[in-house]
Amino acid sequence: MDAPGTALLRAERLTRVVAGRAIVDGISVEVAAGDVLAVVGPSGSGKSSFLRLLDRLDEPTGGTVYLGGRDYRALPPRELRRRVGMVMQAPVLFPGTVAENVRFGPAQRGERLPDADVARLLALVGLPSFADRAVDHLSGGEAQRVSVARALANRPEVLLLDEPTSALDDASKRGIEALVTEVVRARGLTCVVVTHDLAQAARLARRVMVVEAGRVRRVGPLEEVLRAEGMD
Amino acid sequence: MLKGWIEDPTLLGLAQAGVAAALAFAVVLLARRRRIHVEADAAVALVRGLVQIALVGSVLAALMRGPRWTSVPLLAAMMAAAAATSMRRAGRIPGAFRASLAGVVVGSGGVIALMTLAGVIATDLGTLVPVGSMLVANAMNANGLALDRFRGEVQAHVAEIETALALGAAPEETVARFVRSSYEASLIPAIDSLRSLGIVWIPGLMAGMVLTGAPPLAAAIYQFVVLATILSSSALSCLVSTTLIRKTAFSPAEQLVLRGGAAGRG
Ligand SMILES: Nc1ncnc2c1ncn2[C@@H]1O[C@H](COP(=O)(O)OP(=O)(O)O)[C@@H](O)[C@H]1O
Ligand SMILES: [Mg+2]
Repeated sequence: MDAPGTALLRAERLTRVVAGRAIVDGISVEVAAGDVLAVVGPSGSGKSSFLRLLDRLDEPTGGTVYLGGRDYRALPPRELRRRVGMVMQAPVLFPGTVAENVRFGPAQRGERLPDADVARLLALVGLPSFADRAVDHLSGGEAQRVSVARALANRPEVLLLDEPTSALDDASKRGIEALVTEVVRARGLTCVVVTHDLAQAARLARRVMVVEAGRVRRVGPLEEVLRAEGMD
Repeated sequence: MLKGWIEDPTLLGLAQAGVAAALAFAVVLLARRRRIHVEADAAVALVRGLVQIALVGSVLAALMRGPRWTSVPLLAAMMAAAAATSMRRAGRIPGAFRASLAGVVVGSGGVIALMTLAGVIATDLGTLVPVGSMLVANAMNANGLALDRFRGEVQAHVAEIETALALGAAPEETVARFVRSSYEASLIPAIDSLRSLGIVWIPGLMAGMVLTGAPPLAAAIYQFVVLATILSSSALSCLVSTTLIRKTAFSPAEQLVLRGGAAGRG
């Protein structure tokens, strides 16, 4: 069946019950192509669990996700995960060089990302000339940038970001926010970004979903949600 | 001095067991003075161990007089028990028993079959059962080590594995490194035994053969044969079990199921 409107990504009563407790509880939300949805909520409210379900790293125990109108359970998992990229809360880089990390995704399909593409991605994330550096001595902000470049190397349609700045100082935080905005604009990416900070959500997204105990408390355009949350 | 008093070998054995148990218990009692209380556990273990091995000894004694094919069900039962024991090392990995069983059966069963066909292991019950059981037991230990290491590595690298999955990696690829290190770790005991053979230790089998009057050089070389065969059966076992287990650590939708608590969560 086709999704209504232009939603590229649509969660429908998405649920995950673990040990008798619904950590994600019937979340329905749509993200239009090229749009950014911020997911806000206190720690432990199920934001990461929701994001993991969107990439099918966990199996929904109820509901499902439609990608471009297709139930994502009908897609081979590797294809799904190529099309829906994910940057985890604490970035994990594989041992080796920055370039090897950036090449990881395409290499899984037997493709070698050309040097020029690696350079272009690294320039985009603000790390030109980092290609041959070993990953061991990168700062937290640099590592997060590499993990964004690595996710982008797969040319995803949707990018999921889990608290991309939670481990960073203020300067790197603004840098990553600018990067996300730039990437979304330059690549027409559709993006779901988790944050526990409503102010950050306001800087990044036009639509916001507030979750509480695994449920949607409020979802809508930024201004509406800010007003309703008493923060305009 | 026991030998001078008791002539019946079974009674002599029991008397020796009594002395060994008494000494063990005396040492345990000594520990009481440091307020370490293991005397109940130790007493139960001593009694239980003696009863078990005496029972098995009598069953074996009866079986040894039976036809040659008796060794087949006997070794098969040992393999099933060995698989059940080493499977526990895999923790909550689904399919652990199947992987262990396949590993032990293919590894020790295959090597036993090959070596009897080649005439390296004699087919009489008195040789095949004890030598076979050694191969099964060692395959079990190596298997347990491999599965334990694999579980530990995977649980310590949940975030890395899921990062690779999220980038579109095939599940087997994301754990290939850990399969390799588990396999290598599981073979350390067999390799070290071979390496130190005769220098660090003179194994029980050789000691037994020499004590019963076999020529020492022949006994020594046979001991090497047994250890080399243990290496092949352990290696084959772990190759099979780690290959199987790396698949079952993932769900059909290529999700890591062996995550262990909420590790790697934000
Ligand atoms: N694998 C799991 N098993 C059991 N409970 C889990 C698991 N993963 C997360 N949880 C629980 O689900 C809730 C939501 O967690 P999470 O999605 O990480 O929240 P957030 O990202 O909003 O901080 C928490 O209470 C957490 O303890
Ligand atoms: Mg989280």
